[in-house]
Formats: sequence, C-alpha cells, structure tokens
Amino acid sequence: MSLEAAIPPARRGGDNHSPVARIIIYGLLIIGAAAFLIPVYMVLVTSFKSIDQVGLDTMWQFPTSITFDSFARAFEKLAPNFANSIALVVPATLISAILGSINGYVLSKWKFPGANIIFPLMLFGMFIPYQAILIPMVQFLRTIGLYGGLPGLILVHIVYGIPITTLIFRNYYAEVPTELLEAGQIDGAGFFGLYKHIILPISAPGFVVVVIWQFTQIWNEFLFGVTLTGPSSQPITVALLNLAGSQVVEWNVQMAGAFLTALPTLLVYILLGRYFIRGLLAGSIKG
Amino acid sequence: MRRRVNRDRLTAVLMLSPSLVLVAIFVYGFIGWTGYTSLTDSNALQQLSGQTANYVGLQNYVDLFTGVLYQRFRLDIVNTVFFTTLFIAVCLVVGVGLAILLDQKIKGEGVFRTIFLFPMALSFIVTGVVWKWLFNPTTGLNVLPTYIGLPAGRFRWFISEERWFPFNWQDFPAIIGIIVLGIVVFLALRAWLNKRSQVAALLAAFALLLMAWLTFGDPKQLTGLAQPETHGFNVALIAVVVAAGWQMSGYTMAMYLAGLRGISDELREAARVDGATEFGVYRHIILPLLAPITLSAMIILGHISLKIFDLVYTLGGGDNLYIDMPGINMFFTTFRGQDFARGAAIAIIMLIMVAVVIVPYLVISLRSETSL
Repeated sequence: MSLEAAIPPARRGGDNHSPVARIIIYGLLIIGAAAFLIPVYMVLVTSFKSIDQVGLDTMWQFPTSITFDSFARAFEKLAPNFANSIALVVPATLISAILGSINGYVLSKWKFPGANIIFPLMLFGMFIPYQAILIPMVQFLRTIGLYGGLPGLILVHIVYGIPITTLIFRNYYAEVPTELLEAGQIDGAGFFGLYKHIILPISAPGFVVVVIWQFTQIWNEFLFGVTLTGPSSQPITVALLNLAGSQVVEWNVQMAGAFLTALPTLLVYILLGRYFIRGLLAGSIKG
Repeated sequence: MRRRVNRDRLTAVLMLSPSLVLVAIFVYGFIGWTGYTSLTDSNALQQLSGQTANYVGLQNYVDLFTGVLYQRFRLDIVNTVFFTTLFIAVCLVVGVGLAILLDQKIKGEGVFRTIFLFPMALSFIVTGVVWKWLFNPTTGLNVLPTYIGLPAGRFRWFISEERWFPFNWQDFPAIIGIIVLGIVVFLALRAWLNKRSQVAALLAAFALLLMAWLTFGDPKQLTGLAQPETHGFNVALIAVVVAAGWQMSGYTMAMYLAGLRGISDELREAARVDGATEFGVYRHIILPLLAPITLSAMIILGHISLKIFDLVYTLGGGDNLYIDMPGINMFFTTFRGQDFARGAAIAIIMLIMVAVVIVPYLVISLRSETSL
C-alpha cells in the first residue's frame, strides 16, 4: 500500500471516442448514478415530511411543506444509542489501531521464525463468521461480568479488529526502506527507539486509513451489538432496527433515523474518501 | 551490537504476544469451544439447572441435514447457494461495467466514483431499513415505471412467496455432482488443448469416477432423508440481491478500477496499432488481465454472502423463511430457541463454508507475496 491514492488517476492523453460514443458513455453513467441515488432521494423526501404527508400514494413526491419534526423525533429516540456508539467506537478504534501499528511494525521489520505461519493464522480471524464464536463469547463475558455493557463490547471489537489493523500497518510499513532502520540501529536505537523516531513519525497516513476503517466497521456493526448488550447500552444500529420494528410504522421517523445513523460514517467517507477506499482495498489482502 | 539486536528481537516478539494470545483465545479457542458445544446437547434449561451437557457426537449435524424438524436448515443452504451465486454475478457485472465506463477519461470521475461507492460506508441495517420501504409492493419501486407511462410493476419483492426451479432435496447431491462434473470436464478439455496431457488424464479419470457414482451409485442415499422434500429458488431473494448489490457493487468497481489503472497505456496502444477495435482491446487484452481481480472479488463477496445476517434480519426479521439464511437460523436457534448445541452446529457449518473459500485464498495471496 503506497502513499499515493488507492485508485490512480486516469491516464492523460487523447480521447479516442466518437461524440456519439461519448454521449452513450455519459448517458449510462448518469443512469447508473441516478439508480444508486434512489434510496438517498427516498430518505430525504420522506424524512422531511410530517406523518400526515407520508401516505403510500405520495411516497415518491416531494414534501408539500418541509418539517424537521421527524428528525427531532428520531433524534430523541436514538440520541442515547448515538452516545453509546460514540463511547464504543472511540476507544475500540484507538486501541485496535495502536495494537495494529505495533503488530505491523513487528511483522514487517522484525521477522522471526514462524512469522509466516502466525500472520495468516491471525488474518483468518477477520474472515470468520462471528456466529462461530458467539456462544462462548456470551458465556465468557457473563463469567467475567462484562456481559450486557459497553466495556465488553469494546473488548470484543478490539480483539476482532486486530487482524485487519495488523494487516494494513504491516503492508504500510513494508514499504519503509529497511536501510533507514539499519542506519538507526547503527546510531544505537533499539526496538522502541526505531519505532518512536522512524516508524511513528511516518505513520500518520496509516493511522488515518486504519482509524477510518475501524470507525466505519464498528459503527455499522450489528451482530455483536444485538447479542452482547442490554437495552441501556445498545449501539445505534440496534436502536435503529428497534425503531423500525416498533408497532407504529412511522416511515418519516424511520428514514430520519436511518439518516442520523448513516451520517457519521457518510461524513467520514465524503471528507476522507481516498483513505476509506484504501482501507477497503486492503481488505482484499494485497495492498 | 549483536546482543543488542537479539534483545530487540525478543522485545519484538514480546510486543506481539498480547495480540497473539488474544487471537489464539478468542478466535481459535472459541471456535474449538463452539465446535465442542456442537457435539453436545447443550441448551439453556440444562445450563440454568446447573447440569452439564452430554456428549452426543455428530447427532446435531445429522439432525440438521436429515431431521424432518430441521427443514429450515436445508432451506437456508439452498437459499445461500442461490443468493451467493446471484449476488456475486450482480456485483461483478455492475462493478466491471461501471469501472470500464469510468476508465474512459470521464469528466467528473470523482463525483461518479463517490456516488457508486458511498453505500459501502453504510451499515447493512441502514440499507435494510431504507430498502424495506422501497420494496413496498403497492407503492415502492413498483410505481416507478408509471412515471414513464409503463404499467406498475407487480413483483412483491422480499415478501414474494413464489418459488422457481423446484427440486427434491434428495437430488441435491446429484445436482451438485453434475455441476462439478461439468467444471471438471471443462478443465480437462482445457488442459488437453493446452497439451498438459497428464493433468488432462487425471481430470478425465476423476470425471469418469464421478459419472460412475452418479449413474451406478445412489446419490440420493447421501442425503439420508427418508421423504422427498421440495426446495427451490425463492424469488424473494432477488430483493436481497438488489439491496446487497446496491451496497457492495461499488466495492468491485473500486477493485476493477484500481486494476484497470495498473494496465499500461503502451499495451492498449500496441493492440490498437495491430488493428484491434476499442471493444477488441477490452475483450482480448484488458479483461483477461483483470481475471485475478475477478477471483479476489468473488472470494471476498462470496464470504460476505455466506455469512450474511444484518440485511436479512432487517428485511425479514427471522419470520420470513423465503429469505432465510444460516446466520439468521443460528441466531434464532441459539438466542430465541435457547438450543445452544444446534446453534453451534449451524455456526460451525457456516465457518466451514467460509473457510473453504478463504483458506486457499489466504495461502495463495501470502505465498505470492513472499515470492516477490
């Protein structure tokens, strides 16, 4: 994984399409983009409507008058869970990123016998269906008294975040020239000195990729959230589902709730999309 | 100096060890624990009354595959096969299509890319909630054609109860056998055409064995099911494919686009000089070069669809068996039915399906990496 953009820019040079071909290409792209944006349109038009405007027959129409009521209602219901998700995501992301950085440094620069076996064994952990560890996890968290609360969920997300954060940092540090570290060693720096003076100062982009990735993953996660937490510590995805499953189906409030749930990760994606894509492609092993 | 380096080596391993211990316990230890649970009759009642679970061997697995009461699990397997196939096909076709379009020196490429990829940043729960509303049969997507003068759609999306291609579960081994036979024959022919006669002979021998088993063996017996049991392609799955495809095809687009940008201009130019049309350049030069990306994408998408849970849970809530999946069944068996042992057995089967896809992929990717 290099420091350049994950997807290189288009090649420069002549355009070898006829005007007709150009029109077809842009036409297809615009149709595709419109299709991808249908759900966004639906969320926006529905969530700005008041409940009496949300009829099945007016589903696709613009609101006749704009109201923020549904956002207020959704926020009122989701705010505690929004706070839970923040309290979950921040420590889980930071700790798994720090662990990943150390692991990546060891696995890329301090190769030891057996590392080639240990690394894939670690990576396998990010692909497993979490159902396969869920039953012991519930019992384990019960035993140590962390079942039902946020600390237990934080622990779980740190542990299962280790493989991907390690992978991203290992690939990132692999591109740091070994000569740089050897020069540092000659100057008398040890394991920690090299990390502090050479590795850490150039780690910022790696941390951005990892933090964005973990933030998005943990924020969006549902299975652990629904099985390992009690009502007062449920993350926002669980609350959104409960909102959607409640007796009275107020679609405007649901859409506003979906919007609020999506907002943090969407903002990160729009502002830092470049790094997001890099994390995405790192997930397919070869950076 | 040397002693210093050795001490640093030790420090390095020590710094890695907390993570190793965590992964060893929480991944492998817990998988082992789940595996053991799946060999017992563990359930909530037993646990609450303080009894220990009894070892029952592979009984839970036998139940799932052959028990009359566990038809739901067989349904899940059939649904997973259809869903995975369709989901991968949709993501690959849409992904490669969008990537090729975007590779035509487009103005505003960044904007299009952002639009195609943003669903990846969302939770499957958000996707599920929004699409559930869009799939409303009387007013959702079905109404859209009327805006351009066409009649409204009549598809009932994820609540459709239609079932296509009905087949008997007892024929499942034979069907899979025929598909595998087709693939083996294809590979054998290709090896033979490429003059790799040893490989071809080996594959042909395997094909003959398989054919003998299909005709003279009794593939039906393999299912262990006494009564015929009808399954089929539940059309409601199309709704799940649409929602999941909307979310994930931007990902394949990104993979393909990164791959396309890695192909040198000289190669394309050379082909054009040789008289290839723009279509020919893609057909004969570029698409073959993208084959490894297709394989990676299939594996990543495949393992996602094998363990899909959130999206189906949001759409169907566990009651809609037409879109049921192993992940959902495991959740309800374990946490609603309190039947830990069978829940664990379903989880282990899911793990095996994912491992079959992922383990070879991990081995191959990391081996090619170290040889560089």
